[in-house]
Amino acid sequence: MSIWEYANPKKFMQTSTWALPWVSGLAVVLLAVGLIWGFFFTPEDYKQGSTVKIIYLHVPSAMMAVSAWFMMLVGSLIWLIRRHHVSALAAKAAAPVGLTFTVIGLVTGAIWGQPMWGTWWAWDPRLTSFLILGLFYLGYIALWAAVEDADTAADLTSVLCIVGSVFAFLSRYAVLFWNQGLHQGASLSVDAEQHVSNVYAFPLWFCIAGFLVLFVTLVLLRTRTEIRSRRIRALMSRERAGVL
Amino acid sequence: MLNVHDLAVSRGGLTVLEGVGFGLAAGDLLVLRGPNGVGKTTLLRTLAGLQPTLEGRVAVDQEQITYSGHADGLKATLTVAENLQFWAAVHGQTAIDPAITAMDLTALQARRAADLSAGQKRRLGLARLLVTGRKIWLMDEPTVSLDAASVGLFGAMLRAHLAQGGAAVVATHIDLGLPEARVLDLTQFKVKSNRKGAFDEAFA
Amino acid sequence: MMALLQRDLRLALRAGGGFGLGLAFFLMVAVLVPLGVGPEGALLTRIAPGILWIGALLACLLSLDRMFALDFEDGALDLMAVSPLPLEGVVAMKALAHWVVTGLPLALMAPVLGLLLSLAPGGYVWLVAALVLGTPALSLIGSFGAALTVGLKRGGLILSLIVLPMYVPTLIFGAEAVRRGAVGGDAMVPLLLLAAISLGSAAILPFAAAAALRANLK
Repeated sequence: MSIWEYANPKKFMQTSTWALPWVSGLAVVLLAVGLIWGFFFTPEDYKQGSTVKIIYLHVPSAMMAVSAWFMMLVGSLIWLIRRHHVSALAAKAAAPVGLTFTVIGLVTGAIWGQPMWGTWWAWDPRLTSFLILGLFYLGYIALWAAVEDADTAADLTSVLCIVGSVFAFLSRYAVLFWNQGLHQGASLSVDAEQHVSNVYAFPLWFCIAGFLVLFVTLVLLRTRTEIRSRRIRALMSRERAGVL
Repeated sequence: MLNVHDLAVSRGGLTVLEGVGFGLAAGDLLVLRGPNGVGKTTLLRTLAGLQPTLEGRVAVDQEQITYSGHADGLKATLTVAENLQFWAAVHGQTAIDPAITAMDLTALQARRAADLSAGQKRRLGLARLLVTGRKIWLMDEPTVSLDAASVGLFGAMLRAHLAQGGAAVVATHIDLGLPEARVLDLTQFKVKSNRKGAFDEAFA
Repeated sequence: MMALLQRDLRLALRAGGGFGLGLAFFLMVAVLVPLGVGPEGALLTRIAPGILWIGALLACLLSLDRMFALDFEDGALDLMAVSPLPLEGVVAMKALAHWVVTGLPLALMAPVLGLLLSLAPGGYVWLVAALVLGTPALSLIGSFGAALTVGLKRGGLILSLIVLPMYVPTLIFGAEAVRRGAVGGDAMVPLLLLAAISLGSAAILPFAAAAALRANLK
C-alpha cells in the first residue's frame, strides 16, 4: 500500500470520515488543556503583566499561518507532478484557513503591541512580513475563485503558489533589510538561550500542537467539502449534457 | 503523416468524442463533419497540441502542423503585408508573395488589417497558412464569411498544397468542391456512456 | 523571436498611447502627491524616492493586462503556441517589449519628475540607475501575472492583487537605493540586490509564465 492511495478521492473520503471525529476531538482536548493552563495557571509576567498570556493565541496562529502556506506549496507540487486532484483541492482548502491564522496573528499582535509598544501597529519587519503574507493569500484565493475550469484553476494557482513562495521569501528578507524592528526574537528555541521560561513554555507547546491539529481538522473538513462540491458540479454538467 | 488512434477528447471537463481513429498521408484531405457541439474544434485543437489528449494516441510531427481557428490572429494596425511577414518570420520563412497572390491580396497589400472587410480578413488569415511552410493544415471553418469566388480561391490553394505533398484536416459545413476529399462524420464517435472526465475524477 | 519583439514595438507605436499612457500616469502621480501632502520642500525631498518608485510601479501595472490579452482574444496566441516559437521565448520577448515601452521611458523621464519632487541632488544618478535595473523585474513579474489572468473577464483587478505583493522586494531595494544615494550613503548594496532580482526573474519567470499560458490555452 502506498501513500498515494489516499490521493484517490473515494479512499480519501472514506479515511477522512473515519479520522475526522478523532482529529477534531484531539484538537479540542489539546486546545482546552493549553489555553486553560496558559490563561489560568501561569503566573503574570513581572514586566508584561497578564498581557503576556495572549502569547497562547498569537504564537501558534503565526506559526500556522506560515505552515499553511508550506502545506499549500507541497499540495501544489504534488498536483503539478502527479496530477492528484485531492492534493490540489487540499491546497485550495488550506488557503482561507491560512489567511484566517494570519489575520488572528496580526490582530492578537496588535492587541499585545498596544500596551507593550504603545501602538497598535508598527512597521516592524515581522508584522510587515505577515501583512505581505496575507496579501499573497488573498491573491491566491482570488485566482482560485476567478478561474472557471477546475483543472485550469488548479494549474494556475499551483504555479502561483510556487512562484509566490519564492517572492514571499524574498519579501521577508527585503523587509529585514528595510527595517530592523522592535519585535522580540523567537519565543521558543531548542538550542539557544530560552526566551520564554518553562512556566510559559509548557502550555504553549500544547497550544501549538492544538492549533496544528485544528488546522488538520479544518483542512480535512474543507477538502471534503471541495470534493463534494466538485461531485455536484460533475453531476450537473452531466445533467446538462443530457446523460442523466 | 498523421495517425490518430483511439483518441478521446474532452471539453470543459466533459468527454465529447471517443474512439476517434484515422490516418492521413501526403496529399490527403480529410473533411470533418457533424452538428454543432459534436467536438470538431476540440478535436482540431487536440491534434494541434493545444489541448492534452484524454486517451489514445496522436502520432504526428508537431513541427509540421499549423492551425487556423475561428480567429485569424491578425493585428488591426499592421498592414496585410506586415501581418504575413510576421508569421513568415516566426516560422523561419521569408517569401510572402506566393501567399499574397494565392488569396488575391495583391491590391490590398499596403492596407491596414483594420480596414479590411470580414471576408478579406479571412482571406488574409488563410494566406497565413501558406507562409508557415508547414505540411499539415488543421482548419476550423475556413470558409466562414467568404464569398463564392473566394471559396474557389481557397479550394485552388488547398489543392495546390495537396499536390505538393501537403495534407489537411478541415472542419466545415459547406462543400469545398474538392472531389478527392474524404469525409469523416464525427457523430459516430460521440460519447455514449460518459465514463470519463471530471465526473469520475471526483468519484473514483 | 526578434520578429515578435519588432511587431510588439510597432504595435505599441501605432496604437498611440503605448508609450505615452504610462508616462502621463507617472507625471500625474508626481503632480498629485505634492498637492496631497503639501508643498514643503524638506518633506518632499524626504519622500521623493519612495513616491517616484511607487509611481513607476503603478505606471508599469497600468499596461500589464494587455500584454497577452490582445493576442489571446484575436487568436494569435494559439497560433504562436503551434508555431516554432517556444512559449517561454514569447513571454520573454513580450516582457522585453513591455519594458522598452514602459520601464525604459519611465527611467529616462524620472529625473524631470525628481525635480518636481525636489529630490536631493545626489539622488538623480541613483534614481535612473535603480529604475533601469529594477523596471525589468517589474515587467517580468507583470508578464507572469498577465499570463495567469489572461483568460479572465475581470482579469485586471486580480492581476494587480497578484502582482503587487510580488513587487515588494523590487520596491524596497529600488527606493532604498535612491534614498541612500540621495543622502550620500552606500547605495551599491540595494542596487546590486535590485539587479539580482531582475536577473533572477528573467531566469525563472518566463518558464512559470509559459506554464500558465499553456494551462490557459487548453
